[in-house]
Amino acid sequence: MNNLLGLRELDAEDIRHVLATAANLREILGRSVKKVPTLRGRTVVTLFYEASTRTRTSFELAAKYMSADAVNISVAQSSVSKGESLKDTLRTLESVTADCIVIRHSSSGAAHMAARYLKIPVINAGDGRHEHPTQGLLDALTIADHLRPDTGFDFSGLTVAIVGDLAHSRVARSNVWGLTKLGATVRWCGPATLLPSDADRLPVQVTTDLREGIADADVVMVLRLQTERMEKGLLPSLREYSRLWGINATTLRWAKPDVVVMHPGPMNRGVEIAADVADGLGPGATVIEDQVHNGVAVRMACLYLLMDTGSPRVEDKL
Amino acid sequence: MTLILRGGRVLDPSQGMDKVADLVIEDGRIREITEAGKGNGSTVEDVSGLLVTPGLVDIHVHLREPGFEYKEDIETGTRAAAAGGFTSVCCMPNTEPAIDTPAVVRQIIERAEAVGSARVFPIASMTRAMAGDRLSEIADLKAAGACAISDDAFPVQNAETMRRGMEYCAQFGMTVMTHNEDQSLTVGGAMNEGLTATVMGVPGIPRVAEDIGAARNILLSRLTGCRLHLLHISTATTVEFLRWAKREGAPVTGETAPHYVTLTDEACADFNTNAKMNPPLRCAEDREALKAGLADGTVDVIATDHAPHARHEKEREFDKAPFGILGLETAFGLVYTHLVVPGVLSLHDAIRAMTIAPAAALGLPVGTFKPGAFADVSVFNLSERWTVEPSTFRSKSRNTPFGGWELQGKPVMTVLGGRIVRA
Repeated sequence: MNNLLGLRELDAEDIRHVLATAANLREILGRSVKKVPTLRGRTVVTLFYEASTRTRTSFELAAKYMSADAVNISVAQSSVSKGESLKDTLRTLESVTADCIVIRHSSSGAAHMAARYLKIPVINAGDGRHEHPTQGLLDALTIADHLRPDTGFDFSGLTVAIVGDLAHSRVARSNVWGLTKLGATVRWCGPATLLPSDADRLPVQVTTDLREGIADADVVMVLRLQTERMEKGLLPSLREYSRLWGINATTLRWAKPDVVVMHPGPMNRGVEIAADVADGLGPGATVIEDQVHNGVAVRMACLYLLMDTGSPRVEDKL
Repeated sequence: MTLILRGGRVLDPSQGMDKVADLVIEDGRIREITEAGKGNGSTVEDVSGLLVTPGLVDIHVHLREPGFEYKEDIETGTRAAAAGGFTSVCCMPNTEPAIDTPAVVRQIIERAEAVGSARVFPIASMTRAMAGDRLSEIADLKAAGACAISDDAFPVQNAETMRRGMEYCAQFGMTVMTHNEDQSLTVGGAMNEGLTATVMGVPGIPRVAEDIGAARNILLSRLTGCRLHLLHISTATTVEFLRWAKREGAPVTGETAPHYVTLTDEACADFNTNAKMNPPLRCAEDREALKAGLADGTVDVIATDHAPHARHEKEREFDKAPFGILGLETAFGLVYTHLVVPGVLSLHDAIRAMTIAPAAALGLPVGTFKPGAFADVSVFNLSERWTVEPSTFRSKSRNTPFGGWELQGKPVMTVLGGRIVRA
């Protein structure tokens, strides 16, 4: 693996290797001194063109826990605000001797573009509506923890329903590729105006009916609904959206009794997800904080696998 | 001064001619086509074994001058035309300033004459500064030498403006060339809406946006009697609308470009900005419908929509890169290799779609070997195989998705007004 641009490009073996690595590295997060020397002397640059709390912070912490130096570029205070192009910005960061670039950008394909122009590894931390591979990986790790522990990440027989604004969601796309490669069945459920064109030609079952969408699902993954969708005429009101596609204690009963509820965050409580479900007071298990926690481990694994090429086995390094 | 092109295969669809003959040129005009070896003249050029056609005519080119000379200028654009076998090009008005005054029309014609690589027929904008509201002074523009009126790149969205523009053009016999797009359906779109765009997460441009625009423009042409030419058709449904318009006797012609019959939206995968143009590359079904439309004559014209952009503009995020690709230097090879060799189109019909058909669509005095016509000639080696190497292009830009393609059929020479431009 030279870059992590998307889960579509990875095969099941690659994905399982990253997940197994993350599961091993996660142990570090429970130590009183959360630091290993593995990536000492390496520098990770995070370049975020979009706002982010959990992704940016977890990449930074992941780098630091592995003893890499982490530099965070805030686009608003960089030469980007003077009109510097993405290509020139990337080349500049490589020239100041970054060893890995983590990029978040509103344009689909920005990470591919970075990989085209750079020799150092590139990690896609979310590009437009295209992919958010580390989110897909942390979701898979979380699903494995709760529903398939110690199976070597074999998800056959699992049904994962992804509910909400699928058209604009990179999380939904990465999860389709990641989860189906691990053997799960994936459903997409949302209003017709928030389903992308030709979605039924992806390896997913598509429905606009919530009951059908989450019936007997093992996992319900709730996507954030951006309120500007109303202004664009895609939805009449948050009220109607919430009534038809909102996940709450009532609708969640259509899924399996031990359903696992996930959300990539940030949540709109009371819109796509009821507050009591978000806080774990509904049926099943809400694992949103586990997802965030696993995010650090997954990002440690990605940095490790891309930057430390010396050893094939992570265990030897710890 | 007489020039003989001796012993070539002379193919002129305007006269249904296809025979080995001598082409006799005198004082910049076609004098006659005689039995091979019989022509007499001061200069003899042996073209035996080569294809000799009226100089190719591309009625859809962006020369970028004035205003965007860093992408292309009249000199490099017309040299690219000559290298591609074109002796006449019509240039689109989305320059800066736009081609909306007689002064700009005359400036372009004079610059092209000074360069002397190809004839340039400027297309003037329907509205001033291409803003979509007030009409340009169309009669004055015609008098200055504008060959047609277009809204390409900035399609007129208001149907009333387009109706009145067509009515106004019709009284002067000016063809209106339309980019067909209902832009309310394409806000933010960067490629064809469909599976590939969904996988890539790129906002889509639905086919119906083009179809609705084409249907509106066809209906307005019927209403006003204005001659209409549909630019760069990319969808199966617009081909069907054009077929219907012709059946109804509407004065409508249409073109497609080589990229729409050789590529699909899958060429955009890996976020290749050199496969980004508007209308976008569509699906296999559209590609096949366009081939069928060319084969049955519904689609009259092959034009390139040659749209140069500088490297730094295409080396951007996919959604931020500009629309458009080069066309002049690859058009003939693509058409010959991918339409003629596989039998989609006869050589005769392919040459017609690149000579007399585009000339007729706009009423240009080119595209034929009839005696007295301008001696504009293209000579091709049909057996030559070559690899598209963008670094050798005469164009100032390099934005082509065809780099590395193996093609057959290469332009080897053009003659412009009796003068050999490139041998």
